[in-house]
Amino acid sequence: MARSTTTNSKVIVTIGAWLVGFLIFFPILWIFLMSFHTEGDAIKSPFAMLASPWTTEAYQAVQTQNSYGKFFMNSVVISVGSTVLALIIGIPAAWSMAFVPGKKTKDLLMWMLSTKMMPAVGVLIPMYLGFKVTGLLDTRTGLVAIGTLINLPIVIWMLYTYFKEIPGEILEAARMDGASLTSEIIHVLTPMALPGIASTLLLNVILSWNEAFWSLQLTTSDAAPLTQFIASFSAPEGLFYAKLSAASTMAIAPILIMGWFSQKQLVRGLTFGAVK
Amino acid sequence: MATQHSRIAARFMVAPSVVLLFLWMIVPLVTTIYFSFLDYKLLVPKPSTWAGFDNYYYFLTDRTFLASILHTLAIVLGVLFITVVGGILLALLMNMPFWGQGIVRVLVIAPFFVMPTVSALVWKNMFMNPVNGMFAHIAKGLGLQPFDFLSQAPLLSIIGIVAWQWLPFATLILLTSLQSLDGEQQEAAEMDGASVLSRFFYLTVPHLTRAVTVVILIQTIFLLAVFAEIFVTTSGGPGTATTTISYLVYIQSLVKYDVGAGSAGGIIAVILANIVAFFAMRMIGKNLDA
Repeated sequence: MARSTTTNSKVIVTIGAWLVGFLIFFPILWIFLMSFHTEGDAIKSPFAMLASPWTTEAYQAVQTQNSYGKFFMNSVVISVGSTVLALIIGIPAAWSMAFVPGKKTKDLLMWMLSTKMMPAVGVLIPMYLGFKVTGLLDTRTGLVAIGTLINLPIVIWMLYTYFKEIPGEILEAARMDGASLTSEIIHVLTPMALPGIASTLLLNVILSWNEAFWSLQLTTSDAAPLTQFIASFSAPEGLFYAKLSAASTMAIAPILIMGWFSQKQLVRGLTFGAVK
Repeated sequence: MATQHSRIAARFMVAPSVVLLFLWMIVPLVTTIYFSFLDYKLLVPKPSTWAGFDNYYYFLTDRTFLASILHTLAIVLGVLFITVVGGILLALLMNMPFWGQGIVRVLVIAPFFVMPTVSALVWKNMFMNPVNGMFAHIAKGLGLQPFDFLSQAPLLSIIGIVAWQWLPFATLILLTSLQSLDGEQQEAAEMDGASVLSRFFYLTVPHLTRAVTVVILIQTIFLLAVFAEIFVTTSGGPGTATTTISYLVYIQSLVKYDVGAGSAGGIIAVILANIVAFFAMRMIGKNLDA
């Protein structure tokens, strides 16, 4: 292929690709730029805004007026908590399905996946009423619980595809040497599976961080994560563009960085191993 | 290879996941089915009574229901069309050699990581707003009348926003698939005198078919449930112009507090999603053997 590619066409492709990439990325770049201006400057025309003085006012305002830190911490606790719990429950399950498969293993995996396909509105009312009765409404505990259940099928599927790639002979050798099941998992399997577990963790934290159905329905203030906090800007008072930009920038920055690191695993995780 | 001992242990290790997922799937769903046959309104202080199929009748004959199905279809098909066609073009472009591939790739996939409430509100305010949005500024700069996207073309605007979020997903998967295309086969075809076009249609397209199917199925599952984008931009309006099936169920349930009708709607949504899921599962199941 390289033979037929002249430098000229490479220049054209480079310009085209960068242009498209820039256009797709532009909304994110724009809120980043807008977040460093005052509310008054943010609603000016694009060039006037860029020319106006830069300030971190909006970031301070979001922090002091809206207690941004609280929502950020809720997001961290809910996304990390639900992912780690799902990993603790899912690792043994994925292990047993990958290394001690039974006749029903495939059906079991498919059934686990099918729980992901149920639309959330189908169970909205029982969950809402159940949360209300048990006092879980607007608590981190409640959201971590739901998040764990939402993550669990993806966690098991991703781990299963990673564990499948580990040669079973190594485990058998360990067993021959007298390793118990627990030590086999902890000392032999886990170190080899660590990259797979890490990318499972990463992808699920990303998905939970951005989860915006249950967090909007089941939280109001105490346990509200960033999705809910940002949604509060849909009925704002006064000028809010700079504040919305600052809040959005801080809400998406950590996830963007994690996402860029997990590009490769992303495809595998989101297609349940169907495209690698 | 596995001993009896490890087989038993394996069952125990898989049990917690199975039990949890079973409860998560069955208990709320059965409750929803039960509620859907009750006359149960949270705002009416009277004990709930058996209603038979009244809720289904009420929900299915509601004019908004048919509209909501059409809006849901429009969003699903519109976004699928944009993301699949755009994704193929983008993947082909990014698969060509150029300088800075890594950086462009990072720029293109970025929207996928933006939380739905952020992308919806940023598009609504910073771009589509008829007074302060960027499109309005550009229109004024060109001497045109600014266009009020979310009230003049609400459904199209939402399709645009959601397509921006999902285009990276389609592109990334199609690009991954393109990169696994057999280079030697391409070269052999080239040497045999196959033109660029026939190489595209006879080698690239068949290779991409599977990835396109995966993209369509997985996106459909997520697109059927689009909620936050509508919640923070139009709240289903103007009127019911952007009310989807998910949003309609939400309104019946947690705005009108009609538990019976909301539950009936929820069950209808589950049935519709299951039809799609059936095909998705078969597709993914087939790949499991490979």
